[in-house]
Amino acid sequence: MRFVPLAAPSTARASLVTLASVAVALALCALIFVFYGVSPAEVYSTMLRGTLGDSTGLAEVGRRTIPLLLIGAGLAIAFRAQFFNIGGEGQLLLGAVFAAGTALFVPLPGPVLLPVVFIMGAVGGGLWALIAALLRRLNVNEILSTLMLNYIAIALVTYLIAGPWKGKDVRGYIYTDSFPDAANLPVIAGTQVHWPTLVLGVVVALGLQWLLSRSTFGYALRVVGENPGAARYAGISSARVMTVVALITGGAAGLAGAGEVAGIHHRLLEAGQISLGYGFTAVIVAWLARGNPALCLITAPVMGIILAGGDLLKIDLNMPFRVVDVFSGVILLCLIASEVFVRNRVVWGVRA
Amino acid sequence: MDNIVVEALIRALSVGTPLLLACLGAIINERGGVVNLGVEGMMAVGALAAFAVASSSPDANLWLAVGASMLAGAALASLHALATVTLRANQFVSGLALALIGTGAAGLLGKKFEGLPLFNKVNDWNLGGFVINPFTVAALLLAVVMAFYLNSTRSGLTLRSVGENPAAADVLGVNVGAVRIWAVLAGGSLSGLAGAFLALSYRASWADNMTGGLGWIAVALVIFVGWRPLRAVLGALFFGFLYYLQFRLQGNSPVPTEVFNAMPFVLVLVVLALAGLRGQQGDAPAGLGRPYVRGER
Repeated sequence: MRFVPLAAPSTARASLVTLASVAVALALCALIFVFYGVSPAEVYSTMLRGTLGDSTGLAEVGRRTIPLLLIGAGLAIAFRAQFFNIGGEGQLLLGAVFAAGTALFVPLPGPVLLPVVFIMGAVGGGLWALIAALLRRLNVNEILSTLMLNYIAIALVTYLIAGPWKGKDVRGYIYTDSFPDAANLPVIAGTQVHWPTLVLGVVVALGLQWLLSRSTFGYALRVVGENPGAARYAGISSARVMTVVALITGGAAGLAGAGEVAGIHHRLLEAGQISLGYGFTAVIVAWLARGNPALCLITAPVMGIILAGGDLLKIDLNMPFRVVDVFSGVILLCLIASEVFVRNRVVWGVRA
Repeated sequence: MDNIVVEALIRALSVGTPLLLACLGAIINERGGVVNLGVEGMMAVGALAAFAVASSSPDANLWLAVGASMLAGAALASLHALATVTLRANQFVSGLALALIGTGAAGLLGKKFEGLPLFNKVNDWNLGGFVINPFTVAALLLAVVMAFYLNSTRSGLTLRSVGENPAAADVLGVNVGAVRIWAVLAGGSLSGLAGAFLALSYRASWADNMTGGLGWIAVALVIFVGWRPLRAVLGALFFGFLYYLQFRLQGNSPVPTEVFNAMPFVLVLVVLALAGLRGQQGDAPAGLGRPYVRGER
């Protein structure tokens, strides 16, 4: 078997290969479920019926789509620049920390508070990603640095809620006091869908798509990602592009963190409760969208189904939530392994 | 005073053992030109496989358990080999996927082993008053053997050439793909072995997330030690000592626990930044991280 490069890979081919790789991934996961001792049919029907089948389920999918959309859209442009930020988790947490700090301790008049909470969230996430961008200038691989920063962010959150920020009204638990009412986001009645963040996510996804395909910076970003050598000859500073990309993707993840605490929890609480692994799942959202922020409008809800479905499997079938990692990992592996079939034709037999 | 020093050294060696085993695995991997960030995942499935076999009966064969861990690590690594060597996928992202699959699958399939007793754990050896774990002995020996293999044998030279300059190796008739696949499988089995140490000896139990980030630290350690097996011994000892300090100082100091929890990860960043400042990335195999396609540069 060998691969012959295609001159111009079509969109249709890319879509077909993507769909096929997801199908293969679901089949592989099915094998694992058989090994675990549950019927894959039961797993998949539980997930689908409980997420798309009723209105509560749909709302749960929506709630999880919000952070996935924000982080995924940011990651999409990061991947286009070959900046493999997998620290969405840590950047989301820092966003939540900055947002919570603002909501709890900065006295601002009602209508100003929420915008400032979001801006500070973006600042927190952006700064956390900036560390990785600066370390990259020292040749520190950003996959490793952003991952280490995730662990450090988790420790920071725990330190804050168990220590200096521990709520005065809470006994025994570790979380902060509740935010003032002015810092709480409105939700769609009867759900936890904080729609202002959802709107923000749509705007960010479309805005980043515009940035990527229509702006000078987007052009520089694509050149740096596709051909670093050419970028150097053209006088494009790849370090500067990386810094801006890090600020954008980290900022978007920070917005997601602000949305989670202001929209759902109304306080800062343990890292594992703020995020259900949104940072990692968003990697797949961005990859499925093949680096197009706007396409995350479709792929984020798809992964939202898997996260919401994972919760259902925990409740209905008593499976560990780890099942979500299996889904994420297998889908990601199948996606990147199938990439070669998008750009190449397969020829069987030996070279003539 | 002496006691504290000896205790610190033994504890550091002990915590450093899984780091060393996993780091040696990653060195073999990367000297062949393939990065595998999935160490955490391969360690997790290795730990589960070892525990599953060892706890299957009170007199289960521990050698079998160790073998199962290496097989499990290699099995997971074979997915990485298929994706990155055969299908030329991005090595970094594939490794990330592997880490997710490994920790996820181990957590899922290991649920029924949670909290079970291990009847026959691997005990320390008493070598003339000096107490040492068999896994530690194996890891130290392996470091020496691997240094000899890489530097002084023909096969080791072939492996290195495949990592440094796959095109040149190909011209000389080396099957680049096959060598890389073997390197990935060998790396996976050593990561699995690192997991076996945790499940059969160090913790002698199974719990979700029992690898606790050790795999990621091992990956970073490879860069720190400049892809050299003997230096990996010192590197593992260094991080092992940090973990020892963490246990030792926790609760006995005004510094909050979370600082200790974050310390290894902060240190990895510092160490990587220092390695970068010293230009140590220059020691990396030149072909590292890139798929090899004949006729392409």
